Amino acid sequence: MTEETALKHLTLNDLHLALGARLVPFAGYEMPVQYSAGVMQEHLHTRAAAGLFDVSHMGQVVLWPKAGMDRLALAFEALVPADVAGLKPGRQRYGLFTDTQGGILDDLMFANRETHLFVVVNAACKAADLAHMRAHLSVAAEVIEVTDRALLALQGPLAETALVRLLPGVAAMRFLDVTTQVWQGQEIWVSRSGYTGEDGFELSIPDTHVRSFAEALLAMPEVAPIGLGARDSLRLEAGLCLYGHDIDTTTSPVEAGLGWSVPPVRRTGGARAGGFPGDGRILRELAGGPARCRVGLRPETRAPMRDGTELFRGETPVGAVTSGGFGPSIGAPVAMGYVPAALAAHGTQLEGEVRGKRLPVVVSDLPFRPSTFKR
Amino acid sequence: MKYTEDHEWLRVEGDLVVVGITEHAATQLGDVVFVELPEVEAMVAQGDEVVVIESVKAASDILAPVDGEIVEVNDKLADKPGLVNEDPLGAAWFFKLKVDDLSVLDDFMDEDEYADLIA
Repeated sequence: MTEETALKHLTLNDLHLALGARLVPFAGYEMPVQYSAGVMQEHLHTRAAAGLFDVSHMGQVVLWPKAGMDRLALAFEALVPADVAGLKPGRQRYGLFTDTQGGILDDLMFANRETHLFVVVNAACKAADLAHMRAHLSVAAEVIEVTDRALLALQGPLAETALVRLLPGVAAMRFLDVTTQVWQGQEIWVSRSGYTGEDGFELSIPDTHVRSFAEALLAMPEVAPIGLGARDSLRLEAGLCLYGHDIDTTTSPVEAGLGWSVPPVRRTGGARAGGFPGDGRILRELAGGPARCRVGLRPETRAPMRDGTELFRGETPVGAVTSGGFGPSIGAPVAMGYVPAALAAHGTQLEGEVRGKRLPVVVSDLPFRPSTFKR
Repeated sequence: MKYTEDHEWLRVEGDLVVVGITEHAATQLGDVVFVELPEVEAMVAQGDEVVVIESVKAASDILAPVDGEIVEVNDKLADKPGLVNEDPLGAAWFFKLKVDDLSVLDDFMDEDEYADLIA
């Protein structure tokens, strides 16, 4: 079977086409990469008002406990170096599936929804993540892929203003809260989160009602549809990793600058230290520092430095760009990549090789644009 | 005006060929954020990659439509790459080529033929 014939369609495919979307294959789905406004305008609209993203390609998974939530939380901690047992009902966290080498299998969001854990994983990793969870969690949980719900993200400074008209209860939510709201008799699973650096929400909505819900949002003056193109430039400006580019099995959480997602309780000396795949390497790097680091990069000419651009210090190759492009809110090219720890300080001058030419690029703190979460 | 299958337009100006991209191409590229122009006096052969255009998402090339010498480039595009989207048929020309024999343009599409190509 070719990739073309195997492409899956989103529940909202017809709506995307009606909105002027250009569709591209992504992680096995035909996805809107942009609408008629174009990537630049969509990006800026999200930063100024509210952007509606269809992220239904991502995996939604319910972990239903077989022997209590505490047992499930500890079983999940054996896969994810995070504090799952300490996660209160109605709260969500970011985490990583790690492998025995200390690499990253996927990054994910997990929420305590009182009776169960709700996990959102990347589309490209969905099948492997499900197999991984089924292999390791089946004593503690029933692993249920949610296949009858779409996932929308509403992001931007006016996301709350727009969403409260449909779901008044979301006004009381703070960053990383999760609740169940009801709209037209349907349960909508809401989290105050996203992947743009903006305040906003992710909404798991029954397939049967997602079109009318999306249309109700799009009818509001604040809300515009936003494609994958702007999602990528928004998350890049926010310094957020894209799995398969900035993180993968060859990068450790500490190298990737994601050590913050491993709390003290799972670190050396903590009550539940280690006990996750790759704990030896990850705990060692948390204590002693990694050999290389993910850093922000600001090209000093107007030429964008894309994924794969080789980085040099003098004549010495020192690393490569893993994500890069133009940052519409920065008005200049921005990138991320890996360099040795000794070259990771803000202001370090490097060169990137673009089409055979070495161009100046400077190491920069992340994010390029500060987040505006409602904490 | 003549057109190439690579969605470039070619306009004769005296003994020079002015090269740009069509509105269709500009729309397909999306918002242009960077243009890299060739050196003036460079000798180019048909099919050489002479200009790099980068949109927010991706990079693409503009090929030399015919053999010739680059005699002028549009430096305005370095500071205002967005001109490619605003005025692709006018202010956003890329370069001017000096060719030996303007009759090489006869092989390219005219406006009607190009309209059929993108229809």
